[in-house]
Amino acid sequence: MDYMIETENITESSGAGAPIALDLIPPGQGRCVRVGAARIAIFRQRDGGVFALDARCPHQGGPLHDGLIGAGTVVCPLHGWRFQLADGRGVDNQLAVRCYPVEIREGRVWLQGVERL
Amino acid sequence: MSQTSGEKLVVVGTGMAAGRAVEEIVTRAPGRFDITMFGAEPHTIYNRILLSDVLAGVKSPEGIFLYSSDWFARHRITLASGAKVERIEREHKTVAVEGRPPVAYDKLIIATGSLPMVPAIENVNTPGVFVFRTINDCQLIASYARRCRRAVVIGGGLLGLEAARGLLEHGLEITVVEVMPYPMAQQLDAESGAMLARRLETIGLRLLFEKATQRVLGSGAVRGLLFKDGTGIETDMVVISCGIRPNVRLAVEAGLAVERGIVCDDHLRTSDPDIYAVGECVEHRGRLYGLVAPLFEQARVLGDHITGSNPAAAYAGSKISTRLKVMGVDLVSVGDAREGPGAEVTRYAEPQRGVYKKLVVREGRIAGAILLGDTDCAAAVISAYHTGACAPQRHADLLFAAPPAAQTAAGLPMETPVCTCHQVSQRTLLEQISKGCTLQQLSAATKAGTGCGGCRPQLEALIARYGSARRDPAADYYVRSVPLAKPELAAEIRRRGLKTVSAVLRELGDGSDEPASKPALASLLRTIWREQYEDERDARFVNDRVHANIQNDGTFSVVPRIYGGVTSPHQLRRIADVAEKYRVRMVKITGGQRIDLLGISKEDLPAVWRDLGMASGHAYTKAFRTCKTCVGQEFCRYGVGDSTALGIAIERRFQGIESPHKMKLAVSGCARNCAESTVKDVGVVAVPGGWQIYLGGAAGLRVRAAQLLATVATQEEVLRLIGRFIQYYREHARWAERSPAFVERIGIERLRALLVEDAAGEAQRLDREIEAEVNAYRDPWLEGEQPREPTQFSGPLQV
Repeated sequence: MDYMIETENITESSGAGAPIALDLIPPGQGRCVRVGAARIAIFRQRDGGVFALDARCPHQGGPLHDGLIGAGTVVCPLHGWRFQLADGRGVDNQLAVRCYPVEIREGRVWLQGVERL
Repeated sequence: MSQTSGEKLVVVGTGMAAGRAVEEIVTRAPGRFDITMFGAEPHTIYNRILLSDVLAGVKSPEGIFLYSSDWFARHRITLASGAKVERIEREHKTVAVEGRPPVAYDKLIIATGSLPMVPAIENVNTPGVFVFRTINDCQLIASYARRCRRAVVIGGGLLGLEAARGLLEHGLEITVVEVMPYPMAQQLDAESGAMLARRLETIGLRLLFEKATQRVLGSGAVRGLLFKDGTGIETDMVVISCGIRPNVRLAVEAGLAVERGIVCDDHLRTSDPDIYAVGECVEHRGRLYGLVAPLFEQARVLGDHITGSNPAAAYAGSKISTRLKVMGVDLVSVGDAREGPGAEVTRYAEPQRGVYKKLVVREGRIAGAILLGDTDCAAAVISAYHTGACAPQRHADLLFAAPPAAQTAAGLPMETPVCTCHQVSQRTLLEQISKGCTLQQLSAATKAGTGCGGCRPQLEALIARYGSARRDPAADYYVRSVPLAKPELAAEIRRRGLKTVSAVLRELGDGSDEPASKPALASLLRTIWREQYEDERDARFVNDRVHANIQNDGTFSVVPRIYGGVTSPHQLRRIADVAEKYRVRMVKITGGQRIDLLGISKEDLPAVWRDLGMASGHAYTKAFRTCKTCVGQEFCRYGVGDSTALGIAIERRFQGIESPHKMKLAVSGCARNCAESTVKDVGVVAVPGGWQIYLGGAAGLRVRAAQLLATVATQEEVLRLIGRFIQYYREHARWAERSPAFVERIGIERLRALLVEDAAGEAQRLDREIEAEVNAYRDPWLEGEQPREPTQFSGPLQV
């Protein structure tokens, strides 16, 4: 899974992270994006809402971007732990995932607050 | 979270009591302490009660971890696992930790728990002798057990029997050796002990009583045991599980007051007011506790006191009652059930059924009880004991109370703890249940049933009784988000011509858009519309988006179709080439006679499929999966039918057909049933002159023998009846209902009437439907060449 080589082009100032084309994410699904050392799951709801969470499930590290979404939540594909897309809070569990503000401009998703190494 | 006050709290120990104490502290005073926990074990905090499941291989070590790493991070708790505390230096208020600089504390909690009790036995250090206390012990025992045929467990108490249960799963011949004349002497008396012993023998344990071990025999490795009476036993390994003793070394060396355990006051403080202790290492008012419920009570008081949230909180000692399941036998042990002067004893026994009840009353109140085999009255007895209520005039009435669910109605105190591990009262449970919930939701909300799990039957009974009063109408819905049962939903979908999951949710849904509803709707739409169904991949579980089975590290497994489990050198060579080319981490022969390539990344899937040049084996989805076969008549000297040819024909016809749950099939060439047809969803067995068709077998979570549907003469008839059943199952089963539950619900007689005798005149329609479905089949792995969506098989995207 760790095939992606670190890229050097993530050097913009910290306000908005590097953008990703919205079209790469099919409606209703999530995709994993690598920003520096971070892996962020970006979700695109069918109603147009876009959200970003840490891609690793805090339970056992499952890939949240591969989870089913709905009712404003994502369900981890490994053991079914569930989190709110808007704030990363666990649903029926005490865990939480970090969430990142996103902005959509010119058909691209801009991530904010992602720490880069 | 509030600012750090700089107050340093150090916890020595990472057992359940330590974890619970810290949990109580951070919920009362978040951010108040900088907390550091030191544990000698290399793992995070885990549920020790479930260790025998780890030994049995039923659970992974991770599966019994109690807190996530996120939990520690959120509460800024530093967990130092594998860090052994060597000394407590009270004069400097520091602890010395192996290989680290001294660690300062303002407050210290000692939760060092206990050590296994090892009796004085000569040569007890011989390789092959183990204790059973930690995850590490489990791993050592399990790995050693692989080369053993026989094992002896020394100790017939609760822990010993747990160890024996775990070892049985390794296929060993187990003998339990006990000094007392019967098992579980702490909880049982001679009569109930003898009944339990008989029961244990019937499930394959050997028991030796009144045997004290003198010496371990064998040099280099265990060969046997010599008992003090001069007899002996041969064995390949020994597990010592004779109980525990408080681990008090650190406290003694630090000069704290220690008797049998670390002496604590009612606030769980030791003789040093800055040092608390909690758990099995504590001696409180002269008593030691080894069960989880008292430890949790202690943790609550400690939390109240150390944070100052309730400085008056005091621990008055615990009344002990436990529910256990010993090798499938229910046992409730309450208080002190020993007889003696002043004890009035009521006893009831049915040895044949393995039922024993004993109530001990002292001065008009319940002093103790034993309930074995039949524990229906447990809630009443436990409640009377804990509340100190007077025993009923006729003591026996308490032993024959109505079943637990009815007891609440009969006016039992609502404060009665049902879950004794977490002290969850009936009131708390009923509050949740009245809102409508499943067992899982109830446990998530209240923690009940998440300790030892012994109360789960009671929880289910409460849900069954009080949940039904306002029965969740959603129970009948096919999916939660659409308030319609399956037949009505299917009719409405047809009437409106809805071809996508999003359209169904939009037009028929309640607006909730539940993720779990989507794959179920996708399955139903596929059944109704076949190739006209518009497959929206966001409604599908990830496995069905990428046609492979996700593994615990996010990689996938690839299982190519090998019809009937019959392969060829050419196929094997290709599989080998692919495995090498993609550095496949594991190549595994599966239970379904397939070859599984494990550890493949999502982005490699299309290339792997292309290089294999084989069809999808569908080992990732709710569909027809495999039809395994025995060699059959072509080579086998016992074969009476061509099982491989029929198996291949079945698999070619029904491969990949989606259904409410997975379907695993088998064909055996004679009654010896080497393909295990009678534990398959659909199984076929050759008999002279024909084939038997079985339905609804399982050998997974539950074991169920399949039931005979019909005996037919030809392969064509086998294919036709299987097709009818599959289609009927697709149309009528609930989502995720596997064939055993489905066959039980409909009944084999009714299935026979419908499918074989065509009592409803539906058979030909079912035949046509399944024929069309077979014709509509398309190998999903072709999507490797032509992905359905952008980035369908992408790894992490680059920004």
